[in-house]
Amino acid sequence: MNIMNPDKTITEPGTGPQKVLDITALTMSFGGLRAVDKVDLDVKEGEIVGLIGPNGAGKTTFFNCITGIYPPDSGDINLIPQGRKPERLNGMKPNRITSHGMARTFQNIRLFQNMTALENIMVGRHCRTRAGVLGAIFRGPRTRREEREIINSSYTLLHNMGLGEFVNEYAKNLPYGAQRRLEIARALATDPFLLLLDEPAAGMNPQETEKLMELIETIRKSGVSILLIEHDMKLIMRISDRIIVLDHGLKIAEGNPQEIRNNQKVIEAYLGSSQVSG
Amino acid sequence: MKDLKQSFFISVWFMLLTFPIMVIRVNTIEKVVQWRWTNMAAMGIGTFILSYLWRYMLARKEAGAQENGDVLPWHQKLFSERKYFIPFVAAVLTFAALFPLFVSEYRVNIMITAMIYVVLGLGLNIVVGLAGLLDLGYVAFYAVGAYTYALLNYHFHVGFWLALPLGALVGAVFGILLGIPVLRLRGDYLAIVTLGFGEIIRLILENWGAFSFGPSGIANISRPTFFGMMITRSQGILFMYYLMIALGIFTIFVVNRLQDSRLGRSWLALREDEIACQAMGIDRMKTKLAAFALGATWAGMMGVIFAAKTSFINPASFTFLESAIILSIVVLGGMGSILGVTLGAFILILLPEELRAFSQYRMLIFGASMVLMMVFRPQGIISNVRRSYEYHES
Repeated sequence: MNIMNPDKTITEPGTGPQKVLDITALTMSFGGLRAVDKVDLDVKEGEIVGLIGPNGAGKTTFFNCITGIYPPDSGDINLIPQGRKPERLNGMKPNRITSHGMARTFQNIRLFQNMTALENIMVGRHCRTRAGVLGAIFRGPRTRREEREIINSSYTLLHNMGLGEFVNEYAKNLPYGAQRRLEIARALATDPFLLLLDEPAAGMNPQETEKLMELIETIRKSGVSILLIEHDMKLIMRISDRIIVLDHGLKIAEGNPQEIRNNQKVIEAYLGSSQVSG
Repeated sequence: MKDLKQSFFISVWFMLLTFPIMVIRVNTIEKVVQWRWTNMAAMGIGTFILSYLWRYMLARKEAGAQENGDVLPWHQKLFSERKYFIPFVAAVLTFAALFPLFVSEYRVNIMITAMIYVVLGLGLNIVVGLAGLLDLGYVAFYAVGAYTYALLNYHFHVGFWLALPLGALVGAVFGILLGIPVLRLRGDYLAIVTLGFGEIIRLILENWGAFSFGPSGIANISRPTFFGMMITRSQGILFMYYLMIALGIFTIFVVNRLQDSRLGRSWLALREDEIACQAMGIDRMKTKLAAFALGATWAGMMGVIFAAKTSFINPASFTFLESAIILSIVVLGGMGSILGVTLGAFILILLPEELRAFSQYRMLIFGASMVLMMVFRPQGIISNVRRSYEYHES
């Protein structure tokens, strides 16, 4: 069964959704260890793509390569905003990548702890606004208008994410689930068309996970494509349109959840080969 | 009960420790040993009480931290409610305006120094308190400002009023010059490099005689003029006092606007988490450079004031101790809090002056109060409280 590139044919112009992220042969090594080895991956418009793999498979390294934290050794990362020319992300700084429209969250929550929930989101608006030093000091009409726009849009976003009660609360005082949501909200504040979520359900209880799934679905409906790393198999199988499996830095499978569930290589990677030999 | 027992052991331990010095005294003339047992008892009781008090205070502090509750701290109330804020500002301004009429020239002079440190503290607060970049060489920018005025005045007879903005500008340029090589550093490494930078500036000033006149410094720097009029020395002090009040208000105004702006938020984000900050689309380099430059601006400006005030400068005024004092002002006052830093500066500069009466114990009291402060209120006198926002239909 060839599931390596099942959608290859429908990416031609006019025959299906456009790619928003196109990664070819991405490789990243740390010393002698190849953490990511010639991995191809693409995300199409409005799609939720899941990235799974056993511990140490290279998922987070892969994420860090595309978001500019590590420069990849080789390969191509192209971000394709709708109606604009593609941007090659190799070696680009994380802040430039975000301003091109790809935002991310982190595996272990990285909120700005000593700022309020609203301010966290307001920071997310940074790359879409412009006021500089002089604007801050003189606070002219343009700066004031911009500031009001930042406050209002952040406020609205916070409410839409169900975090309205925490507006002026310090991020560090929020309950765990709310912190996870706030991190997603902060990423959305940068107006991305592609959102990268690194284990968003880690440490959540079943109810919170349920709410998270609804949230991800809502985000997709609003026109944002999603690339998702997750350990919670139930979540990823239910929510993903397509799943890519990494093991020891190699892509071992790609396909829809049904295909992945029955894929021999994937089962071996997760459970070991001897157990499924019969 | 446990505390009592612990305190008891500590007092016994201290009695043993101090036994050789406090109890035994060898009288070398009469060749006898005096045993002063009362000292030992006093030591024991004293240590016991102090140790118990210490434990009690710590326990109380922890209990307090758990309650915290939603009550606004008094200083927050002071600034958020108009009915408190306006009378408060009016009272402070009236006091500041009338202050020189009732006290000696000497005290006015000390007040000017205190105001200089208020501005320096607020400037360093941008770098350390807001952007979270530990800068141990801040005094270098102060020196740069002072020498900018002194040298321009010496060679080109540049006046005070032109030198003031120039000093600020040169300070900012040096801030960027320091900022560029340390962009990749943070935490301890940054502290070491900035410490080195501060020393480099001082050593250059000390050793490059042809440029800076070395350790003998530059004398006869012009005092400020008042709309082109020369003024007498005592008028000059008054004038300097009011000028410093104005500059202090200006600094507070600017720093306050900065910290609630887009730039201020990006500094805070940088302080909180550098990686997340970049992931939010914030240019780390630009943000850091802005913090260094804006922080150094104030130091440069105060350098000009300092040179004009003393009319003599030499490198000995710009040692690491100065940086340490300014940093203490920021940390003791409360990082990121304008009111805290202002109070911190007044306490740290005025307190040692007031303690001159106990001149022998001055530094002891000063040191002990710093230690106590850090144990019982590590967030500083006034902790920074972030602004609350309300939603307004646009």
